[in-house]
Amino acid sequence: MKIQVSCFATLSKYAPDDGNLDIEKGDTPESVFKKLSIPSEEVKVIFVNGQSSKRDTLLKENDRLGIFPAIGGG
Amino acid sequence: MARVLRINTRNKKVTEEDLAGDYAGLGGRGLTSRIVRKEVPPACHPLSAQNKLIVAPGLLTGTTAANTGRISVGGKSPLTGTIKESNAGGTMSQKLAKLNIMGLVLEDKPEPGSPFQTLYINKEGAKLMEIPEISGMGTYDASKKLFEKFGQKVGIMVIGPAGENTRLASSIQFTDPKGNPSRAAGRGGLGALMGSKKIKAIVIDSEDAKAPEAADKEAFKAAAKRWAEILVSHPVTGQGLPSYGTSILINIINEAGTLPTKNFRDGRFDKAADISGEKMVEIINQRKGVAKEGCHAGCVIQCSQKYCDEKGEYLTSGFEYETVWAFGSNLLISNMDQIAMLDRLCDDLGLDTIETGTTVAMAMEGGVIPWGDGQAAIDLLKRLYDPKDYLGAIIGNGTSFAAEAFGVDRVPVVKKQSLPAYDPRAAKGVGVTYATNPMGADHTAGYAICQNILKVGGDIDPLGKEGNIEVSKNLQIATAAVDATGFCLFVAFAVLDTDDALETIAKLISARFGINFTADDIGKTGIEILKDEFSFNRDAGFTAAHDQLPDFFTNEELPPHKVKWDFTAQELQKAKVDF
Ligand code: SF4
Repeated sequence: MKIQVSCFATLSKYAPDDGNLDIEKGDTPESVFKKLSIPSEEVKVIFVNGQSSKRDTLLKENDRLGIFPAIGGG
Repeated sequence: MARVLRINTRNKKVTEEDLAGDYAGLGGRGLTSRIVRKEVPPACHPLSAQNKLIVAPGLLTGTTAANTGRISVGGKSPLTGTIKESNAGGTMSQKLAKLNIMGLVLEDKPEPGSPFQTLYINKEGAKLMEIPEISGMGTYDASKKLFEKFGQKVGIMVIGPAGENTRLASSIQFTDPKGNPSRAAGRGGLGALMGSKKIKAIVIDSEDAKAPEAADKEAFKAAAKRWAEILVSHPVTGQGLPSYGTSILINIINEAGTLPTKNFRDGRFDKAADISGEKMVEIINQRKGVAKEGCHAGCVIQCSQKYCDEKGEYLTSGFEYETVWAFGSNLLISNMDQIAMLDRLCDDLGLDTIETGTTVAMAMEGGVIPWGDGQAAIDLLKRLYDPKDYLGAIIGNGTSFAAEAFGVDRVPVVKKQSLPAYDPRAAKGVGVTYATNPMGADHTAGYAICQNILKVGGDIDPLGKEGNIEVSKNLQIATAAVDATGFCLFVAFAVLDTDDALETIAKLISARFGINFTADDIGKTGIEILKDEFSFNRDAGFTAAHDQLPDFFTNEELPPHKVKWDFTAQELQKAKVDF
């Protein structure tokens, strides 16, 4: 199954080229970090379909995953 | 002893007093709000002789502690009719502190038709003078002339044509270390208050003045060292903000589904990537701009930048997330150069970028110009250079006024001040702040985006109600205290995550003044400030009925999360400290 993955700021270099990634049943944001070689400790905020999510959330077909380092502004 | 200078703008007399009595030990927002509370009749017309404009550096401004050079500007707001403190960067605050001036109070009002004056202050004293050639000028040309006249080292606060013509969305601009008037006390129309006093500019020359020293120099030095470490070692203040500026927020707020798009119709903008902080940095680097600059000496975070046009010429700086949003997704404009031009025009005209962006949205709602048309928005703002242009006058008076003029019923304001760059339905903590803080819709007054979205200082669901009243209340208290110190509010990202941060701040204040100030006193300071502010508003006629969001937030679901605003009026009152 496919999901959409976006990586931002200092992590943008890890994003898959076309923004899509093949995953298997049981994959989570944490396992996606491994697949994309994203250093897990640099990830601060994870969104699945726009909702803040945990690293062990189970991913489903067509999910939209957003991966961010620590960010601030205002 | 620290001094307050009072400038009577009618008879041109300047008097000086010690910072004592009710005002002893106060700085920044603590001082501006206390003076407004004590001296300005709450029911007065904001442009009348009874109102006062107060300018105050923070308690720690002028010291070597990092990020302490911010300035508070206060008065009764011409836009909202509430009390107002608007906070800005720039070089002036540290120069005032160096002269040991903790407050400037502009009082009374000249006769109608009187010429504009410039207030010049150096170590010998203060004087008002007429500099006719800068009247009517934009802030860029006016500050250039003032630097030519008074030397490159002065700090300047200046209004543009919008403030001179007492437009309600007008800002006061401050010059940055490079001399650009790009730092703004934007919110609440304080430029109009300065214009009503017929003061075009204030110039501070602190040459040869000796800054007051800390009472306990060694203790201060040690605390200042720890303070800088706290800021530099936190990933947001040490890395994120310096690398990308505040527009780094565009993508995360968009991803979270709370980036207001087309006047708060959607929480996502399909062209967010084109206006993101990442994109801005890419453009800046291509054109040999500067991605990382401070708005005053001693800022170690450096969220500002120099943005150049296609030819590589300076276009703007202090180009922030809120501005990019206000003219970007809010108006469906995705061309960064057009947004930068709109920022430049606002700085030059002396207009609040947030209020002006949402006002242009009213013009788009009303069919005056098309949605997404950046060039039309630029042309619309240029009309404000002509004081006789009626359409320019409508735009300069802000969102609420323009909505009435154009017959628009979708008006994103609280107490007539426009909402900034987070949809309150999908970021409920900041929504509570918009509704209840003393200033009208404002994000900085209690920036719960930290806990709702960024996961700094806690983790609170942005879509539900739980915890959002409490977080807003606590942040409103903490922010008021921060605004009294001269600290840039962005230090909060590090403070919220660092155990000894509050204690370090308390140590800085204790060592600076030779007192025993504790971490608990920080909260007490914030509460005292809010009491002054809420009680002023009560006496000015504001009630719980004014602490509400416009009803379209309650009636319409926001995509993509399909959420509505659902706090009752009674629930919201709990976010205010007792006063
Ligand atoms: S972080 Fe930004 S706003 Fe704060 S003091 Fe530095 S440049 Fe100014």
